[in-house]
Amino acid sequence: MRESWNDQGQGFHPVSAPDYLPTVQLRDLQLRRLKAVVTRAYDNVAPFRERMAERELTPAVIETLADIAKLPFSLKTDLRDNYPFGLFASPMSEIVRLHASSGTTGKPIVVAYTQEDLQVWASVMLRTFASAGVHRGDIVQNAYGYGLFTGGLGAHYGLEAIGATVVPTSGGNTDRQIMLMRDFGVTGICCTPSYFIHLIERAGELGVDLRELPLRVGIFGAEPWSEGMRECIEHGSGIKAFDIYGLSEIIGPGVGSECHEQAGLHIFEDHFYPEIIDPETCQVLPDGEEGELVLTTLSKRAMPMIRYRTRDITHIITEPCSCGRTVRRIARVARRSDDMFIIRGVNVFPSQVETALLAVEGILPHYRIVLTRDHGLDQMGVEVEVSPEVFSDQVSVMEALHKRLSHSIERITGIRAGVRLVEPHSIPRSEGKAKRVWDERTA
Amino acid sequence: MKVTQISCFIENRPGRLHAACEALASRRINIHTLSLADTAEFGILRLIVAEPDAGKAALDAAGYVTRKTEVLAVEVPDDAGGLASVLAKADTAQLNIEYMYAFSAEVGARAVVIMRFSEPDRAVEALQRAGVNLVAPIALLAKA
Repeated sequence: MRESWNDQGQGFHPVSAPDYLPTVQLRDLQLRRLKAVVTRAYDNVAPFRERMAERELTPAVIETLADIAKLPFSLKTDLRDNYPFGLFASPMSEIVRLHASSGTTGKPIVVAYTQEDLQVWASVMLRTFASAGVHRGDIVQNAYGYGLFTGGLGAHYGLEAIGATVVPTSGGNTDRQIMLMRDFGVTGICCTPSYFIHLIERAGELGVDLRELPLRVGIFGAEPWSEGMRECIEHGSGIKAFDIYGLSEIIGPGVGSECHEQAGLHIFEDHFYPEIIDPETCQVLPDGEEGELVLTTLSKRAMPMIRYRTRDITHIITEPCSCGRTVRRIARVARRSDDMFIIRGVNVFPSQVETALLAVEGILPHYRIVLTRDHGLDQMGVEVEVSPEVFSDQVSVMEALHKRLSHSIERITGIRAGVRLVEPHSIPRSEGKAKRVWDERTA
Repeated sequence: MKVTQISCFIENRPGRLHAACEALASRRINIHTLSLADTAEFGILRLIVAEPDAGKAALDAAGYVTRKTEVLAVEVPDDAGGLASVLAKADTAQLNIEYMYAFSAEVGARAVVIMRFSEPDRAVEALQRAGVNLVAPIALLAKA
C-alpha cells in the first residue's frame, strides 16, 4: 500500500515535513527549543526551579543537546505532589484545556494545554494519521474515550486536521460500534488494541465479518501490545494495524507512531526529545540499548516536562527507516516497568505470560493473571479462555494443552503458575486499557 | 453411518452444567444421551441430540465453546460378552477407541454404545465388514 494522504496524490502531507528534516537541522532545532523550554520551566515552575537550585544549575547549563543529561528527572509523583495546577508554566488565562488521568492510585494527575499546545497536538496527531496512510475521504471511527482521557479528543482533532470524517463514538456500547462501522462504511478505527479484539469477537457473534467491510486501517495505542496481538487483529479483521505511542504527561497520543514499514515508532523529535536510561543507575544509555524511555517536551507551553521518566521499556533504533523519515524510532513498547510484578522474588511482566501463551496456541487467547497469597506464599494463577481453535472433545488433548501452557509459562517467566482453563467470555473485557493483572495478595 | 456428537467445555463451577442443558431446553432440543468426562478443573460434556446443528448453535449462543465430532452408534448384543465381542473386532481391525459411553436406552432388543474412534471412517468400514451393526442417526431419533 502506497503512503498517500490526500486527494492531490502527494506522497506526504506538508505538515509531516519535520519528519524528514536533515539531521543537522533537526538537532539544531532541538537545541534551540531545549534551551527555550528549560528557561520557560525554570522561570515559571517553582518545583523545577527548586530542583535545579539543589544541583546549583541554571538554564545556562544547556550548551549542547548532550547537556540535557545534567538536568533533573521528572516523575509521575511530581504531578501528584503538585496536584492540581502546581506544574503549570502559563497563567490560567492562557490555559484552554485540562485533561486528567483516571487516577487509580489516589489523586488523578492533571495536564494542561494553551492554544499553541493544542495546535501542536493536532499537528503531531495529523502526522500520526498521515504515517498510517489515513487521508481526506476516510471515515474514521474514534473509539478512544472522549472526556478527561487524552485519547479521544487528541485523536479527534488530528483526524479533523487531516480532513477525515470523524465518527466520535467514544468507548463502549460495542454492538452500536459494530452497527455504525458497517452502516457508515467506516474505513479506519482508533481504539485500544484489546478493545478492538473484543470488537472482532463481538462482530463475529453478531454475524458481521469485519474482513468484508471497507475497514482498512486501525490506529491502536494507550497500552502495550505484542506482535502476536497485531497478527490476531490483522488476520481477524483484514486491516493494517498501526501502533502509536503517547502519554498524557507529555501531550497525550501523538508522541510517536509507526509508518508503513511497521518497524518501530517514529518519535516526533522536533517536539519530544527522547533519551534511554538505565532505570537502576539513571545513566543515559547509547542508542540501541534497552532501557527506560525519558522524554522532554521541547515546545510545550502550559506544562513543560523536562526529562520525564515514562516507565516504558524500549530502545532507540538508529538505522534510517526505509520510509524516508529522518526522525529516530523507538522499538515497540512491549512492557512498562510499572506493569512488572514481583512474585517470590522474581520480576515478571504480563508480556512474558502473553509470549508464553502465544507460543503454545499460535493466537493470543483472552487471559488474566491472578496473584494470590496462600499461607504467606505468593501464587501466580493464569486463567486462559478456551477458544474453539484449541477445544477438543478428548480429555487427554485438553490436559496436554494445559500442561503445555504451564510449561511454557514456567520456561519463560521462571515461575510455576497455576493455569486454569476457563469458558469463553468468563474473563471481564475492558472498553479502554486492558487489565491483565489482578493482584489479590493481602498482607 | 456416523452420528454427530456435540462436545462442550464446562468449567467446574456450580450451575454451568445446568446452564448448558437449559440452553438446549429453551430451544426444545432433546438430548438422546450424554456423557460427562471430568477432571479436577473442567469437564467435557458430550451430547447426542435430535438436531446437532441447532444444538450446537444453542450452546454457542449461550457462550459455550463447542465442537462437532463424528462418532459411531454401535449395536451391541445385550448379553454377557456382547461388548467384548464387538471390541475384539475393533482390536482385530486395529481401531483406536478414544472413549465410549452407553446409549441410555435400548434400540430394539439390543444395547447401543457410542464409540469415538480416532479414525471414524475406517472404523465404519472395518466394523461393518466384521458384521457389527451400526445404528443410523435416524434410528436413534426414532427410539428416543
